[in-house]
Amino acid sequence: MALPYSKKLLELFLNPKNVGEIPDADAKATEGSPACGDMVQLFLKVDPKTKRIEDIKFKSYGCASNIATASIVTELAKGKTIEEAKNITWKNAEEELGGLPPTKIHCAVLAVDALHTAIENYEHQHGLLKEKVPTTPETITKRLKHVIDPRKGIDVIRAKTVKEILVRDGVAIIQLDMARGEEFAGHLEQEIKERISPLWDITSVEVKFTNG
Amino acid sequence: MKVYLDNASTTRVDQRVLDAMLHVFTQNYALPTSEFIHTPGQVVKDLVEGSRKKIAEFIGAEANEIVFTSGGTESINLALKGIALEHSARGKHIITSTVEARPVLDSLKFLEKLGFQVEYIPVNREGFVEIEKLQEAVRKDTIIVSIQTVNDEVGTIQPLKEVIKAIRERNQETFIHTDATYALGWLPFNVKELEVDLASFTAHKIHGPKGIGALFVKSGTKLTKLIDGGYAEFGMRGGTPNVPGIVGFAKALEIISWNEIERVKELRNYLYEKIKVEIPDSVLMGPADFSKRHPANLNISFKYVEGESVVLYMDMKEISVISGSACFSRGLEPSYVIMAMGHSHEEAHGSIRFSLSKFNTEEEITYTVDVLKNVIRTLRELSPLGGN
Repeated sequence: MALPYSKKLLELFLNPKNVGEIPDADAKATEGSPACGDMVQLFLKVDPKTKRIEDIKFKSYGCASNIATASIVTELAKGKTIEEAKNITWKNAEEELGGLPPTKIHCAVLAVDALHTAIENYEHQHGLLKEKVPTTPETITKRLKHVIDPRKGIDVIRAKTVKEILVRDGVAIIQLDMARGEEFAGHLEQEIKERISPLWDITSVEVKFTNG
Repeated sequence: MKVYLDNASTTRVDQRVLDAMLHVFTQNYALPTSEFIHTPGQVVKDLVEGSRKKIAEFIGAEANEIVFTSGGTESINLALKGIALEHSARGKHIITSTVEARPVLDSLKFLEKLGFQVEYIPVNREGFVEIEKLQEAVRKDTIIVSIQTVNDEVGTIQPLKEVIKAIRERNQETFIHTDATYALGWLPFNVKELEVDLASFTAHKIHGPKGIGALFVKSGTKLTKLIDGGYAEFGMRGGTPNVPGIVGFAKALEIISWNEIERVKELRNYLYEKIKVEIPDSVLMGPADFSKRHPANLNISFKYVEGESVVLYMDMKEISVISGSACFSRGLEPSYVIMAMGHSHEEAHGSIRFSLSKFNTEEEITYTVDVLKNVIRTLRELSPLGGN
């Protein structure tokens, strides 16, 4: 058969490893969105002493490459320390899979991004940051560039869905150009909170809508 | 069990069509270039003209209104570009809908580059063109309106009679073209009743060969020839005629059985009923009223899963379907048809098109749903969006 996928990729697509959720995860991260047709969610369990990734699980909404790359990234990361896991690149994932069609490289990028974000979230939440840089609206903007507005299919910063960002005494306030009750409002609120609340100095996140 | 459910893309050639074509390749291979040609040429000329007549009769046209082309794509190119280039003195305004097939949209893009102005009429959630908006858009300088007869992705059959009436109320002169490539041989289609000026057809969606199509050009309609090289096809298309294709095309129409199409329709209905009962969170794309839907088409969006994975999984079980997912397309964009109908990205990504033919059996459909049910359940177990 002339499918553009390697044998390994098809194998993992049919029998992905490390599928599921970790209910008491030490950190989690979501990359992509249903609007893009690609989404990966990663859960980490880290040994507090050795900082080794004891368990890692994923869920995926997406094409075969998405499922297979997420699976391979969890296999690559499992058992590694978080410092070691930070060095895993999409290239590693691609090589392990025996290659990816060029149009599917972004799947590997997405899975690796999810791993890196989960580790970053872990560091924020467990006092492991080397430099404790205070969160600014810019830091938040950077993180929000990964949140997709499902109505527009692009991120909430580019889509100008986010009108204003304020940070005051550990409280992040994100004003959206969208009314509460609008389709996807609840979904976006939840996603924004998940993105911002792991930041080490943020104690609460408020998402505001045009109607309060 | 191999199950081919991608018949809206192309169909298997019927054995009777192939048999009719084979002797043309080996026995009747001369060229019917002129009236005064040698005897072998005369024989072939009779074959071609006999086929032309059969095809014309099938759609209620005269034989001299049928121009053979290399397929639906060329017919559409010839209709749109041919009319626009020939009649640009009348105006440069063209109207179409947002859910037309690529050959229409791409031909019009080409004309836009030449300075023509194209207006795209929206459709509703079931894919029906908004007739009031279409009527408002028609102007004095509108030279051609192109609206498809049926959409191959979601099966919507446009109310062409009403569409044409609405256009004519505003402008008697404008040319009307319909892309009937997925209608011919599937739905009753009569150019006289419809009062269209141009209609594009292809043979390979009705168990005929690939590489042959036809354009109905209403008698007296002038258009600019796109393929130069001789006076063939009433001076509208140069080149050596594809005689085996022409003979096969006529044969494919000759053997159309409306009873058989009724049986395909029942199989399609069975497929839908079974999916509805066995797979929760399946959303129908296209008309809910099946009398306004192509008899062989079903398009379902399965929530929480992405179409390419479904297609690949099904393919591994030897079932061929396609998806409107972005991953499935070369441009990584979800189906523009489903998006134009006002559905979400997610619904487009999760959409699966099933298109049947007379060669499908009930057993195949039962098998398909059995496999599909497991595929969707497996992928939903993986999905962070839920569904379990």
